[in-house]
Amino acid sequence: MTTFWLLAPIMVIAALGLLFAKKAVHAALCLAVVMISLAILYAVQNAPFLFVVQIIVYTGAIMMLFLFVLMLVGVESSDAVKETIRGQRFVATVIGLIFGITAVLAIGQTVTGSVKGLNAANTNGNPYGLAQLLFGKYVLAFEFTSALLITAAVGAMVLAHKELLVPRQTQAEIAARRMREYAESGRHPGPLPTPGVFARHNAVDTPALLPDGTPLESSIASSIVARGQQRDGFDDDIDKVVEQLDDVEGTDK
Amino acid sequence: MSSLFGHEPFWVIALKAVLIFVFLMVYTLFNIWFERRVVAKMQHRIGPNVNGPFGLLQSLADGVKLALKEDIVVKAADKIVYILAPILATIPAFLAWAVIPFGPTVKIPFTDRMTPLQLTDLPVAVLYILAMTSIGVYGIVLAGWSSGSIYALLGGMRSSAQVISYEVAMGLSFVSVFMYAGSMSTSEIVSAQHSTWFFVPLFPSFIIYCIAMVGETNRAPFDLPEAEGELVGGFHTEYSSLKFALFFLAEYVNMVTVSALATTLFLGGWRAPFGLSQVNDGVLNTGYWPVLWFFGKTLAFIFMFVWLRGTLPRMRYDQFMSFGWKVLIPVSLVWIVAVALIRKLKNEDMLGQQTLMWVAIVAGVLVLLTFLIPEKKTPEPPPEPDEVDAFAGGYPVPPMPEAKPRSS
Repeated sequence: MTTFWLLAPIMVIAALGLLFAKKAVHAALCLAVVMISLAILYAVQNAPFLFVVQIIVYTGAIMMLFLFVLMLVGVESSDAVKETIRGQRFVATVIGLIFGITAVLAIGQTVTGSVKGLNAANTNGNPYGLAQLLFGKYVLAFEFTSALLITAAVGAMVLAHKELLVPRQTQAEIAARRMREYAESGRHPGPLPTPGVFARHNAVDTPALLPDGTPLESSIASSIVARGQQRDGFDDDIDKVVEQLDDVEGTDK
Repeated sequence: MSSLFGHEPFWVIALKAVLIFVFLMVYTLFNIWFERRVVAKMQHRIGPNVNGPFGLLQSLADGVKLALKEDIVVKAADKIVYILAPILATIPAFLAWAVIPFGPTVKIPFTDRMTPLQLTDLPVAVLYILAMTSIGVYGIVLAGWSSGSIYALLGGMRSSAQVISYEVAMGLSFVSVFMYAGSMSTSEIVSAQHSTWFFVPLFPSFIIYCIAMVGETNRAPFDLPEAEGELVGGFHTEYSSLKFALFFLAEYVNMVTVSALATTLFLGGWRAPFGLSQVNDGVLNTGYWPVLWFFGKTLAFIFMFVWLRGTLPRMRYDQFMSFGWKVLIPVSLVWIVAVALIRKLKNEDMLGQQTLMWVAIVAGVLVLLTFLIPEKKTPEPPPEPDEVDAFAGGYPVPPMPEAKPRSS
């Protein structure tokens, strides 16, 4: 009972955090807290198998959620508050209420029925008792659930699958193509020059300088150029340094 | 499973918990020294040999220095998660040790109390360890995300994908052990191995586990989340001082955890090695002797980790993933079906020990024969012309040593 009263406030706070967190990753973290606390409650209730399975399954699941959040929403974005589908929030509330009522009714009916007690359920040990139910009485429901999950997994794979239109190039072929390009157009076969190495800065937004002092545009990543963030022209810098040198000389005299 | 588990006085439990904690800390310091010395030996160097006997205190000095360094919280970091991540990586690494059996039931010195050398046991202890390692991954992923750095993020992503896919293979290799032991509790798995250690009948599972455990702990050659050539430091790029030390600690503790689990599941746990268990009616399997065998076996696995690191180059990421999903998992699934079939046939008395041995020998020979199949021939490169065109493809080419330059 102590564990319950310790964990219940944590779980409620985490569940509220799940609803109100600004960043999607924070919401996923709150979900993890709820799930792990739930697992600990299972452990307290003498259900060790459910305890570990809850953690193994849900940590994997929440990890996937993390990945989806990071890949679909982006690392730094917060929740958009605008409704994308009209009336979405109203419908969600109604369906959520219906689901809640169904869950409460279903759980209420099972709890009010006759209770066998833990000792009867765990006669041969907890995993055996569960296995007997899963592969005996409820085997059909179990198999249907697994079929549903496999269908979902295959569906996700079909949606994410990309057909290769041309055969994939091997490393040897890529190298040969680069050499051919070099012979034909003079394009350098090696990696692109790194930014800033021979210039006055080594930041990624500074182009490298050729021996004659001209900046080498190809040394800056194309995404930086597209955003217009590259640093160009060193005249200001040179003027500043010359000015500083003049000042120093002035004070010396 | 001993009836003592969960029914011991508080001081016994506290004593065992503190001893496990101290053991893991000291073992980590020892392992860092051990790894550096062994790798040095493999590379014809000496390794740390200045501080303390054989340089044993080097890692202690390094640890103190690390803790006293400046603790930097980077500006772009998500502060709460950034601080939470190293804690989340370390605590589960220690928690997993609650169910590792160090030895049989012994008498505590200076008292009359008997206690098993294991903090506690669950009917699902092995799954519990799996659950703890999967919580530990959170630390790595969150560290990668919260650092606000691309290198760290990529390292964290790689690590989560890697650990999830190799955990599947690892879990599948446990299944055959469960079938043979008839239990998922660590102490019962050890007691089920009193005649044969499970790595003999379940050799494929043992191999799969050994590969998966290297992938699971992010160690070379599978250390892609911290591939320094590509990702600087991977998920811990932005961490310094004690926070970095915690990640370091977690990695080494995890290494010992998977080694201890391999010992428990496949190498008879704390049981004395083959010859020694017969000495004097198995006296070496009682009292505090088994702790020695347990350490010895885990140290052998640590040596294997170091050996791998000293030998193999890092794998390419796509090859690594396709190896996990397309080789390890299908092989373990087939093997589980085979094990289930063998168990069933043996229980029904349709399969004797003799036939099983012959089948195993034939299968082993067949596997060895596959090594003799010549590899698919790569198409031969076109024969070099006798005379070399010094400007092949419009670009000056140096002639091969024995070729004649064109006589024009």
